Amino acid sequence: MSSNVKKHDPNRREFLGKATGAAATVAIAPGVMLYSVAHAHVGESVKIDGKGASSENRWGMLIDANKCASDCNDCVTACHTENGVGTNDRPLTDPQWIRKVDLKDNQTGKTTSLPVMCQHCETPPCVDVCPTGASMKRADGIVLVDKHICIGCRYCMMACPYKARSFIHETITDQKEHAPRGKGTVESCTMCVHRVDAGRTTACAEACSKAGHNAIVFGNLNDPNSEISKQLREYNSAQIRADLGLNTGVRYRGI
Amino acid sequence: MKHVTYTSIEGDSLGYWALLAIFGAIMGLAGIAFYMMEHHGHYISGMNNQIVWGTPHVFAVFLIVAASGALNVASIASVFGKPMYKPLSRLSALLALTLLAGGLAVLVLDLGRPDRLIVAMTNYNFKSIFAWNIILYNGFFVIVAIYLWTMMERRMNKHSHKAGVSAFIWRLILTTGTGSIFGFLVARQGYDAAIMAPMFIIMSFSYGLAIFMLVLMAAYGWTGRQLGDAVFHRLKNLLGVFVAAVLYFLLAYHLTNLYATEHHGVEAFILMNGGIYTQIFWLGAVVIGGLIPLAIFYSPMGKNRTLVALGAILVVLGGLALMYTIIIGGQAYPLILFPGKEITSSFYDGVINSYTPSIYEIGLGIGGIALALAAVTFAIKIMPFLPASLADSDVDPHHKTA
Repeated sequence: MSSNVKKHDPNRREFLGKATGAAATVAIAPGVMLYSVAHAHVGESVKIDGKGASSENRWGMLIDANKCASDCNDCVTACHTENGVGTNDRPLTDPQWIRKVDLKDNQTGKTTSLPVMCQHCETPPCVDVCPTGASMKRADGIVLVDKHICIGCRYCMMACPYKARSFIHETITDQKEHAPRGKGTVESCTMCVHRVDAGRTTACAEACSKAGHNAIVFGNLNDPNSEISKQLREYNSAQIRADLGLNTGVRYRGI
Repeated sequence: MKHVTYTSIEGDSLGYWALLAIFGAIMGLAGIAFYMMEHHGHYISGMNNQIVWGTPHVFAVFLIVAASGALNVASIASVFGKPMYKPLSRLSALLALTLLAGGLAVLVLDLGRPDRLIVAMTNYNFKSIFAWNIILYNGFFVIVAIYLWTMMERRMNKHSHKAGVSAFIWRLILTTGTGSIFGFLVARQGYDAAIMAPMFIIMSFSYGLAIFMLVLMAAYGWTGRQLGDAVFHRLKNLLGVFVAAVLYFLLAYHLTNLYATEHHGVEAFILMNGGIYTQIFWLGAVVIGGLIPLAIFYSPMGKNRTLVALGAILVVLGGLALMYTIIIGGQAYPLILFPGKEITSSFYDGVINSYTPSIYEIGLGIGGIALALAAVTFAIKIMPFLPASLADSDVDPHHKTA
C-alpha cells in the first residue's frame, strides 16, 4: 500500500514556485517597462510644469489661405514626419492627419489652397458620439483619442464634419514614442500635443514658416496678447462649417 | 379557444442536423473572415477612410432592427390582447433574442479592437447614442428573457402582461436609439433627420415580421405541424401593412429632404444619379422589397403560401438593400466642407467615395444571420417554443368546422 502513496517531491514544489514567479514576472514586466519608458521619456526630453493641461489656455491655429501656396505641401510632410504617419501606398486606407485641399469658387472661379486637419472644436461631435470616452477634449481645447480605450467603432469618423480622422487599417511599425498609434484604432491631428506641452509650436506651423509662407499661426486663443489673438481681433476670419456652431480652435483667413 | 400545447421539436432527422451543419459551416467561414480582417487589418476589407461603415454594418443594423421587430407578434398578443397571436409569442420572443445576438456579433467582430469589448462595457460616455445602445441591447436581452420566462413558466404566467408591456416599450426605445445613430449625425448630408428614428421602428416591424413568418413556415413545414390559414393570412396582411408603411416613411423622408435646397445634392445622388446606389434604392428597396411583395400579399397570389414566402424573402432582401443605400450610400456622398466651392485633395474630398464589399465583410454579415437561425433551430429542439398545432380549429375562436 505504502508504495502507492505519493511522496512529497521537493523538486515539484520548487518547480511550481519558480513557474509562478516566472509567470508573474512575464505578466507584470511589460507593464512596468512601458511605465518606466513612458516616464523616462517625459523626464528626459519634455519639460512639463507639472500642472497638466489648463483651461486657462485654449490652443488654436489661424491659417491664412492667402499666404498658402497651392504647390506647397510642407505642412503635411512635417506633420506626418513628426508623428510617424507613414504610407503603405494604399491611398484609400492610408491615414492623413492633415491634407491640402484646393478650392474653386463655383461662381467666381477664384481658387484657394489651404490645409485641413482636426479643427479642435470646443464642442466636438466626435467626443459626443464616442461610446467609451476615448475621443476626448483636454482642458486646453486639444481634441485627442485615448488609444487605450478606443474600440475602433469609427462612429467619430461618421460624426466629424471635417473628415479629419483616419482609421488604422493595418499594422504600424516605426512609431514615434510621443505619438502612440495602433491598428484598429482611430487617430487624428493632436495639435502636436507633445510639442505644445513642451512649450513649442506645432510641426505644421514651424514648417510653413521655414518655407517662408508664414500662413499658420499657432497660439493661445485665451491670451489676448498672443499673436493669434491679435490677428483674430484685427482681421476677419472664418470657421469651416461655422453653421454647425462648433467654435473651432482652427480658424482661417481668405476662405 | 382551446388550450395551447407547446412541444419541442424532435430534431433527430438527417435534415435537422444538415440544417445545423450548414449554419455551422457558414459561421465557421464567418469566423475565418473575422480572423483575416483582425489579423491583417481592415485594409483587406472594402472599407476605407471614406466609407468607414461597410457591409457588416448593413447586416448588423438590419439584424438589430429586425430583432426588435420580431418581438412584435408577442407584443400584439400580450400588450394589445389579441388572443390569436398568443401561441406565437414564445417564438417571437426567441427570435428577437437570437436576431439581436446575430446582429451584435457582427457589429462587435467588425470593431477595430473587438478584444476591447470589455472596455465598451465598462467605459460609458453617456452623451453617446452608441453607449445608450449598448445599455439598450443588454437591457433587451434581460427583459425579453424575463418575458419568455413569464410565458413559459406556468407560475409566472400572471406576470406576462406586465413583462410584455415592458418589453414592448423597451423595444420602441431600442429602435429609436438605432435610428438615432444615423439621425443625429448632423455633419452628413445623407443623415441628420429625426424622422430616421420612427422610420427605423416601422422598418423593424416589417423586417422582423417577414423573418418571423419565414421561420414559422419553415419550422411548421419541416416538422409536419399544422399552420392554419387563419394565423397565416392575418400575419401576411399585417406584413403588407408594414411594407406599405415603410414605403410611406421613405416618401416622407425624401420629400422632407427635397424641400431643403441644401439637400438637393444628396437626394439627387440617392434618387437619380448615384449609379449603383440609385439602382439598389429603386430596384432593391422600392420595387423588390416593397411593390412586388405588396402585389403578392394583396392579390389572389396571397393565397399561395409559396408566393407569400417569396414575398417575405423579398421584404428581407429589400430591407438589406435599403440599409445598404442608407449606410453606404449615405457615406458615399461626400461631406460638404465648403458650400458653393469645388474641392479637390489627396484625401478624396468632394468626390463620390468608392466602395466594393469584400468577401470577408459579406462572409461576416451572413455569419450573423446563420448564428441567429442556428440558435433558433437549436432552441426549439431543447425547449417547447412552438405550439403543437396552429391549425384553424386550434387557434381561431371563430372557426367553424365545415
